[in-house]
Amino acid sequence: MAKKKALNKWPKKVKTMSSKYLPTIGIECHVQLRTKTKLFSGADNDARTAKPNTLINHIDFGLPGALPVFNREALHLAVRAALALGVEPQLFSTFDRKHYFYPDLPMGYQITQYDQPVIIGGQVEYTLNGELKRVSITRAHLEADAGKSSHPGTKDYSLVDLNRAGTPLLEIVSEPDMHSAAEARAFAEELYLLMCYAEVTDGDLYHGNMRFDVNVSLSDNDKLGVRSETKNLNSFRAVEKAVDYEIKRQSELLERNQLVVQETRGWNEAKQKTIPQRSKENADDYRYMPDPDLPPIEIDPKYIKQVESEMPKLPAFWRNELSALGLSSSQSNILLEAGVNFAEAKYMDLVLDFSSRGLNTKALVNWLVNVDIPLVKTDSSLIRTDRNKLYLDVLNLVEAGKLSSTNTKELIAAALKSSEVLSNISAYASQAGLLQQSDSSQLEETIKEILFTNAEAVKDVKAGQDKAIGFLIGQVMAKTSGQANPEVARQLIEKLIKQA
Amino acid sequence: MQQDWPTLKELATAVKNGSSSAIDLTHRALERVERQQKKYNATILTLKEAALKRAEAIDRAIAEGKDPGVLAGIPFIAKDNFLILNSETRAASNILSGFIAPYQASAINALERAGAVCVAKANMDAFAHGASTENSDFGVTKNPYDTSRVAGGSSGGSAASVALGLVPFALGTDTGGSIRQPAAFCGVVGLKPTYGLVSRNGVIAMGSSLDCIGPITSRVEDAALVLDVMSGRDELDSTTIEKDKLGYTNLEKLKLDKVKIGVISEYFEQGLDDEVKAKLLKLLKKLEAGGAKVSNVSLPSTKLALACYYIIAPAEVSSNLSRYDGIRYGYSDRDANDLEQTYLNSRGKGFGKEAKRRIIIGTFVLSSGYYDAYYKKAMTVRTKIINEFDAAFKDYDYLIGPVAPTTAFKIGEKSKDPLQMYLADVMTVAANLAGIPSISLPNGLDEKGLPIGVQLMAGRQNDRNLLLMAKMIEEVNSHA
Repeated sequence: MAKKKALNKWPKKVKTMSSKYLPTIGIECHVQLRTKTKLFSGADNDARTAKPNTLINHIDFGLPGALPVFNREALHLAVRAALALGVEPQLFSTFDRKHYFYPDLPMGYQITQYDQPVIIGGQVEYTLNGELKRVSITRAHLEADAGKSSHPGTKDYSLVDLNRAGTPLLEIVSEPDMHSAAEARAFAEELYLLMCYAEVTDGDLYHGNMRFDVNVSLSDNDKLGVRSETKNLNSFRAVEKAVDYEIKRQSELLERNQLVVQETRGWNEAKQKTIPQRSKENADDYRYMPDPDLPPIEIDPKYIKQVESEMPKLPAFWRNELSALGLSSSQSNILLEAGVNFAEAKYMDLVLDFSSRGLNTKALVNWLVNVDIPLVKTDSSLIRTDRNKLYLDVLNLVEAGKLSSTNTKELIAAALKSSEVLSNISAYASQAGLLQQSDSSQLEETIKEILFTNAEAVKDVKAGQDKAIGFLIGQVMAKTSGQANPEVARQLIEKLIKQA
Repeated sequence: MQQDWPTLKELATAVKNGSSSAIDLTHRALERVERQQKKYNATILTLKEAALKRAEAIDRAIAEGKDPGVLAGIPFIAKDNFLILNSETRAASNILSGFIAPYQASAINALERAGAVCVAKANMDAFAHGASTENSDFGVTKNPYDTSRVAGGSSGGSAASVALGLVPFALGTDTGGSIRQPAAFCGVVGLKPTYGLVSRNGVIAMGSSLDCIGPITSRVEDAALVLDVMSGRDELDSTTIEKDKLGYTNLEKLKLDKVKIGVISEYFEQGLDDEVKAKLLKLLKKLEAGGAKVSNVSLPSTKLALACYYIIAPAEVSSNLSRYDGIRYGYSDRDANDLEQTYLNSRGKGFGKEAKRRIIIGTFVLSSGYYDAYYKKAMTVRTKIINEFDAAFKDYDYLIGPVAPTTAFKIGEKSKDPLQMYLADVMTVAANLAGIPSISLPNGLDEKGLPIGVQLMAGRQNDRNLLLMAKMIEEVNSHA
């Protein structure tokens, strides 16, 4: 439904073009808003674990006489989305009805914004291979989702679950500003981060919280070619693969002097290809009309100011902060993505807290990126650990010079996995022998003393008896009440014996 | 049978002071509902059990010293397009047969909170499509003054119920005249308030931007009280507005010499029956004699109102009727063996001819390629009509005209010719397009003994003023 404008200019730089055709890509993205209730009813909006048809009321079910009531929380999120896209929302927008018959569309029409959407304009900036790119946003509009139909293969019936019917969506439509699969993916990823950090959506891709439709066309001149639209992609990988596939498919058609048909396609994950769904020639006539049950949305500019003042920190803010701490952009991205994927771990809050208290944030970020996040990726149960205490305790030990970097990692891992460890980190570190003698010259003195009093063992070591070195280490540990790092002690023992 | 009910105020007082009781009034209404059924067919469902239970509860409350409200124990009849909890609601259409309402209309809730008791559902044109109640899937309602004639429509059952004295008041809905025209045909008072003044929540939609809910009563005072109870902002209907700060009761006497009335000249050009015209002119004379300034006013765009209405209303109808698809509730064709057949058969067999006609017109005017030529143009005309009314109400306090070109017509007279039937709305649709309040009042009988109505309109949200003037007309007419 986006009104596509002609591509006026051949982009100045097109990298890695192996073919003579220039791909042009526009993306439409359905973002599920994280409201408590549905767009036009008081039914619960979180259908992820609910039994079918339990989150519905008379409005979602399309009963006679039921009237939609606009959920102002959805407007709040739309305003945030606009600000995240770098544009002010429209002060006046309206709802329309889009008609078609399907069992999962209870009223026989979808309530959407056709003529006057809540967002017009905006952009998304992202970096790809070190190069800053910008994609313009055409528009974004609020609409109610349909329910979910399923068709059990061997059965002669279909099933409809209306839990999702009425879920608020923001459909964001980009300009056709992308020219490669990598760009499409990077845009999708950045849009995802933007919407998550603006707290517009929960961003649960597995449950379809963000779904992408990619429009791809090829051209060898300054006019846009005929496009295909591949719908309902719910991973960044699928976005990239689908675009890649479409570029390949369409160039092969054009090479053979065949026409590309304007059509809707779907992505077959198993076969890794797009498949035709329906052609646009016999597209439905949706008979849009203004919805008489819903007055226009009018926004007070003061309200925008208020939302702006309460705006969560966006990825651009974090990138600046992290880059100031000396993080590479790929490290920053790991942290930004983890901030969303493992939101419960509250990584970004932790970083902000350390930084605002003048603590060693760079060290923290390194631990998060190199230890914490990789571990959480393998075991999501580790998300819930109280990281504030963990990293403050660890930082204290490190700053006291008591932890080697290897042992720090080991200690963090142990504390993430066990609440007992977490509740008494330094005791555990000590028991596990992770702490090191802070003053190595002091440790050296202690060892010299031990070597002097254990001449027999020293002789055995020199004769190549490994058992003797173990005995000496044991003596060191006993003398230091376990505070010495055994590995360090071994190295010192070997060094001192050699020197002797 | 006759309209022998005292005023609503008197009835409620009698129930509260024990000289009458909710159960007595309810029994009286239920008996009358049963007795008229065969002859007039004004109602299509009796809510005996629920009504008696409610009446008992009200009497009990009074015995316990509680105040059940300003409509304590007063029985009423609701048009069949109002959802009443746990009772069958069909809008007189077979496609909703067996549909038991799992929630209740806000208007009904408001009336029940004030102590009123719904005893029956009134007959109507299916989905409120019509001006004669002939489009009902439950048979036509006959005019209380002449059973060979229609009661008007689409709220024909409600108007006949009040005219027959079954109940002291009934509820109707008015999308293009569906309260006012049957009220005129049955010689009762029919009020279409300002659009949005009464919540549409739980009322089966016809044309959502036009639909208004209003009372049908024997007197202006009763209509005012029912409006007062039902009106105001409802969070379940986003198009509702606040009621008048003064409410709609305790109507003070209007000084006629301060009143300017415009007579809509266009309504005198369109095949107006001589007797209807004569009675209207006679009334105007009496008002002038009382000191009112009466002059003709031209609203040229009202000539386009009917054409405009028959584009916008069907467009909204085609959209609003989409939900009746045989999937979730109502009639579903069990012989269909795929989805498309289920749709085609359920809607094909479930909807009557008029609903289908309007779905087809509405679908056409909204289709791509025709939208601009029809729907969009009609919306432009609608704006013009609104502007013309706004301008007229700068010069006049009220506009006046006939309700319909004729008195009640014969059953079958127009039902074969949809265009003739549509013309029955010619004088009422403009008020719906403009969203202004309008009331139909009895204005004597013609030579055949059939009631004639007069239509009074006021500016948007001037419902209280409209009722003040309506009361004056009622008074002027009472000294015949």
